[in-house]
Amino acid sequence: MLLYTLRRLLLAVLVAFTVSIISFGLLRLSGDLAAAIAGPEATEAQIEAIRVDFGLDQPLVMQYVDWLLGALRFDFGNSFYFRDSVVSLVADRLPVTLTLGALAIMFALIVSIPLGVLAAVKQNTWIDRSALTIAVSGQAMPSFWFALILILVFAVNLRWLPVSGSGTWAHFILPAVALGYYATPAIMRLTRTGMLDVLASDYIRTARAKGVRPGKVLFKHALRNAVIPVVALAVVQFGFILSGSIVIETIFSLQGLGLLMWESIGRRDFPVVQAVLLLIAMMYVALAFIADLLNAWLDPRIRVA
Amino acid sequence: MSTVERHDSPFRRMKAAAVEDYIAPSPWTMLRRRVFGNAGLVVGGTIFALIVLMALAAPLIAPHDPYAQSLANRLVPPIWHADGTWIHPLGTDGLGRDYLSRLIYGSRISLIIGLATALVSGFIGATLGICAGYFGGRVDMVISYIITTRLAMPVVLVALAVVAIVGTSLQLIILVLGLLLWDQFAVVTRSATMQVRAQEFVTAAEALGCSRLRLLCSEILPNVMNPLIVVMTLEMANAILLEAALSFLGLGVQPPLPSWGLMVAEAKPHMFFMAWIIMLPGAALFALVLSIYLVGDGIRDVTAPENRN
Amino acid sequence: MAESLLDVQGLKVDIPLATGTLHAVRGIDFAVDKGETLCIVGESGCGKSLTSLALMNLLPRTAKRSADRLQFDGIDLLTYSEHGYSRLRGSRMAMIFQEPMTSLNPAYTIGDQLTEALLTHQPGSRRKARDRAIYLLERVGITGAANRLSQYPHQLSGGLRQRVMIAMSLMCGPDLIIADEPTTALDVTIQAQILHLLAELQRELGMALILITHDLGIVARIAHRVAVMYAGQVVETGTTEEVFNAPQHPYTLGLMDCIPVPGKTERGARLGSIPGVVPSLIGDLSGCAFRGRCPFATSQCDDAPRLRDISRDRACRCHFRPEERRVTAELVPGP
Repeated sequence: MLLYTLRRLLLAVLVAFTVSIISFGLLRLSGDLAAAIAGPEATEAQIEAIRVDFGLDQPLVMQYVDWLLGALRFDFGNSFYFRDSVVSLVADRLPVTLTLGALAIMFALIVSIPLGVLAAVKQNTWIDRSALTIAVSGQAMPSFWFALILILVFAVNLRWLPVSGSGTWAHFILPAVALGYYATPAIMRLTRTGMLDVLASDYIRTARAKGVRPGKVLFKHALRNAVIPVVALAVVQFGFILSGSIVIETIFSLQGLGLLMWESIGRRDFPVVQAVLLLIAMMYVALAFIADLLNAWLDPRIRVA
Repeated sequence: MSTVERHDSPFRRMKAAAVEDYIAPSPWTMLRRRVFGNAGLVVGGTIFALIVLMALAAPLIAPHDPYAQSLANRLVPPIWHADGTWIHPLGTDGLGRDYLSRLIYGSRISLIIGLATALVSGFIGATLGICAGYFGGRVDMVISYIITTRLAMPVVLVALAVVAIVGTSLQLIILVLGLLLWDQFAVVTRSATMQVRAQEFVTAAEALGCSRLRLLCSEILPNVMNPLIVVMTLEMANAILLEAALSFLGLGVQPPLPSWGLMVAEAKPHMFFMAWIIMLPGAALFALVLSIYLVGDGIRDVTAPENRN
Repeated sequence: MAESLLDVQGLKVDIPLATGTLHAVRGIDFAVDKGETLCIVGESGCGKSLTSLALMNLLPRTAKRSADRLQFDGIDLLTYSEHGYSRLRGSRMAMIFQEPMTSLNPAYTIGDQLTEALLTHQPGSRRKARDRAIYLLERVGITGAANRLSQYPHQLSGGLRQRVMIAMSLMCGPDLIIADEPTTALDVTIQAQILHLLAELQRELGMALILITHDLGIVARIAHRVAVMYAGQVVETGTTEEVFNAPQHPYTLGLMDCIPVPGKTERGARLGSIPGVVPSLIGDLSGCAFRGRCPFATSQCDDAPRLRDISRDRACRCHFRPEERRVTAELVPGP
């Protein structure tokens, strides 16, 4: 298990490093950053001044090393717009996004795991078919559209919940549902297939042959095994949710990282864009690593090798 | 006592019984039966075909010019409302443009984005996957690493950041999404190629001295085609949803093009007073993406029933 | 007259398929007395395994079970609910499966799974359950039993896992053990050990044992009585001695022909095989199921034969007595 952890950690660090190069390179190579910062009306001289100001005239490798050394010390420079350090801006917004993400994944798990188990137990009945239909339509639903429908129904017509903002817990409910619904189909499908596989397995028959009661067979013997890949998937889906939050935060005006990134793109505030991009990518890498470890830890065949 | 001596049993000298002729239905009949027996495939295929037809025949069936503004006719409600008119069956948007015509033309954008992105990413992914699966060893290691890295990139955010710098155009969005969405193609072709490679006919072809390139194209590609088509539908749907999201955020297709995602964004200020204005383009997107998913699921069920769900 | 422990009459298992209903078990009768070993023999696909699963009510979801009579120690199993069955399973009737590699839950330790078998039926101290588990693991020949309890199934070999399965089936001291080809998945050397263990435990603990197998060598050594199955039916039953010394049904005859007999089979002699294939069990069968492969078949075989009693405990499903049969099949020139 220790060796496995170390190998995974090494891979994660390597991937994190590569991702940092790519996300840095993307912003530098995909166009003239100085011109983009200066805006469309800037003169050639103004652009040149910005280029020197931000060190954009240096060789790319030097720029990257500078930036990386800074990033390792949590120094991402200053925001053009706020004249404040990027780190403090990000630190302000991060809790909102994490809260939203956690609520969303909780919602997704609470809905999808029982639904997946139920669909598997009632395989090929109308319950199973409707669960699968919900899953397919969930995947086909544009998340921003679903969010707007939620607003119309629950905030405008029923007036149960606020339309937008991030002041109270109630402000998080609709965004969390909109965002979590996005992760529901995948988790539900995996739970269902996992349960179907496990329920057809020999050891479930053994448990029944021992006289274990049906409910206990389902929850102790079957779910314990079926849920192993689901946990890993949920962790990865949490990563998707974090990046998907840009759409949802924008719609609900939640003051999180996503909204910050969207606004920063509009303001051409590239140090912030770059920092958020890197931060989310690093969280992805970390979550994938955690998913691997959880997977191994939950499965005795890997844990006790 | 038995009448037959054990060591001169008649069983040992009996002629093998003739196997009754069993007439199997032809493969085409079987395929047709399975295709039409799959409700999802039939429904999804029909909706998808209708949308494609609508896109192709857009100039013929659209009642108005989708770009023609008419400030006098702003926000006309659709026909099922009390003051709707047949001149604009689905009403008009905030600039007085005919909504039905914009919806019809919008299908073109979604379909082009979906198809072109799937082709670009399919080409990249399939090439990488076939190389990894066929050559194995170090090549496989490097490509697997590239796939892992790609999976660690948040697609929406990267696409947004790039588009923000380079600027927005249809071609650019296709290129960016194509460069981001190839991972599933690579994963699927990689494992399929590995399976095919292990089969005997590939070894046989190699022994006959076929060149590697020819082998890759003629032997392996047809065998990985089915899973590739399934992934292609998934990525098409994915690309369409991503374009809609980007356009909704204002960083995708630019006005006045009638992208469905953009139409939802433009309709947002009016949605509190007239819900239909966001419902229509959203429902169009939903129908298109759903039909593509149903077709993909259907193809998977028909071609590889054992991998169901 | 003492009642049998298990009394089965007209047991049927039907599985609906896309192409028609598969009548996998088509009405079989047998009985097992207390402390008796019954072997059910037949080639793969003849319905042996489904029969054993039907007895335990562990059939796959799509399969339908029906019977004229299904009694265990005076209890009518046909009216039993799943809940009632779960009280019986493990405590009074236990089962050992074909695949030891996959029959244990990979997520729990051996100790968890063994003690669960006892605690499910006799809630009580974990300590006592643990002690019983250790005792039984030693009894089935596992060394270092106490340490094994904290191990996971993947850490044990197939032979050890099957021993664990046997110990698990013994946890509550059942009256009947059903073993469905318990050794087919194991190495040949281990097969014999496991079977001897089973036979020994059966004698010592006085349980009844239903052993399902296609290995006639095993049957000859440990069975009291034998039931031969073909195409979902019992074609011959009797004591081991009678069936082996004087097989009545042509199918049994053919089976016997497939095993070498030390001292009798000549060196280099060809072993027999039964030509042809088992008829499809989908839909209704007409006539004798074996007639397509039987060298003695006549036009009378187009009518289905009944299971005819020959003596007490002995029956055969054939229209003819051995001495009435004449070879009718076309034969290739003799060796």
